[in-house]
Amino acid sequence: MRLLNTLLPTPARSLLLFVVWLLLNNSIAPIHLLVAALLALVIPQLTVSFRDPQPPIRRWGLAVRYIARVLIDIVLANLQVIQLVLGPNKNLRPGFVLVPLSMTEALPLTILAGTVSLTPGTVSAEILPYQLDATSSAPKYLLLHVLDLQNEAELVASIKQRYEQPLKEIFQC
Amino acid sequence: MLNQIVLVAMLVIGFALLLNLWALLRGPSMPDRLLALDTMYINSIALLLCYGIYSVSNLHFEAALLVAMLGFVSTVAVCKFMLRGDIIE
Amino acid sequence: MSLLEWSIAILVMAGALFVLLGSFALIKLPDFYTRLHGPTKATTLGLGSLVLASMLFFNFVQQQLSLQQFLIALFLFISAPVTAYMLIKVALHQKLVPMLNTRHQDLMKQRDNLAKGNDLPTVEKLADSD
Repeated sequence: MRLLNTLLPTPARSLLLFVVWLLLNNSIAPIHLLVAALLALVIPQLTVSFRDPQPPIRRWGLAVRYIARVLIDIVLANLQVIQLVLGPNKNLRPGFVLVPLSMTEALPLTILAGTVSLTPGTVSAEILPYQLDATSSAPKYLLLHVLDLQNEAELVASIKQRYEQPLKEIFQC
Repeated sequence: MLNQIVLVAMLVIGFALLLNLWALLRGPSMPDRLLALDTMYINSIALLLCYGIYSVSNLHFEAALLVAMLGFVSTVAVCKFMLRGDIIE
Repeated sequence: MSLLEWSIAILVMAGALFVLLGSFALIKLPDFYTRLHGPTKATTLGLGSLVLASMLFFNFVQQQLSLQQFLIALFLFISAPVTAYMLIKVALHQKLVPMLNTRHQDLMKQRDNLAKGNDLPTVEKLADSD
């Protein structure tokens, strides 16, 4: 077990490298399997010292369900964007919204900001306050630009409940 | 039949590229032009994918992947430059 | 044409139309902040559906294993929000003027202050400022 840990410091990343290499070559010939395995072993070893430690995914089932939900939301978001874009400009009610967050880790925050950008009517603009050290646990805020701001409290509540809550459970943070 | 439909789709995407060019030339601000250029990159990936189906060839996907990476990296680099006047801090 | 070919055709057309919609939003919407919504959402989804169509076409119509396109979709779905984030950061940095009826424009002015970590307003305070 100890040996496995030193050989594969980040198993998920190694698996990703392996799969991406095979997809790039679009074959599972032995030589490609060999090169993929070599890369999956060597690249994490070389880069492990560059990376800040991130919380691992604790609940894989929930993570898969989260991805499925986001994919559905992307399609729904686009139907909404079609309506807004094709309608007259004076019907638009854009606005900025500040969402208070209860997470502090970098990886879940990044995923949350990315999800919010891809889903209904919102683009994440900034995570406030900026902080360079990952250890500080000051409360964070997400600044959003919303294309059609109907009900601010409802929007904030839905983002927190729909995306932040599952992420907190997935990473247990 | 499928060929004709893909050809029509390529026409539509080509028109989208023209709209992007207009947005790129019109501006009015620097981020607007950058956004138009980034969209242009993504649209050209779409065009390459369609051409791959049209000509039944696998070769274009690697080109599309390269365009995707170049587009992303160059957009982020220009953004960085406009934020700080410096690309690598 | 078989059912499979019809579904590929529909996916290709939907993808092309979404791409067009993203580009149309770019020239039609009034300010940078609203324009950003078109390309990040519509164009990304359009490309996703084109990738799906191309995967269906090569794997089932041509009967040759081809999963490379999946990488394009994966890369784009990761990079699109990052690009949008960087662009809106530049726009806020350059203090681009949003359209007139944008709500909570004070948040833009407060942003520099907020970024330094002081004077964080509570949500209740923000609701009053509307």
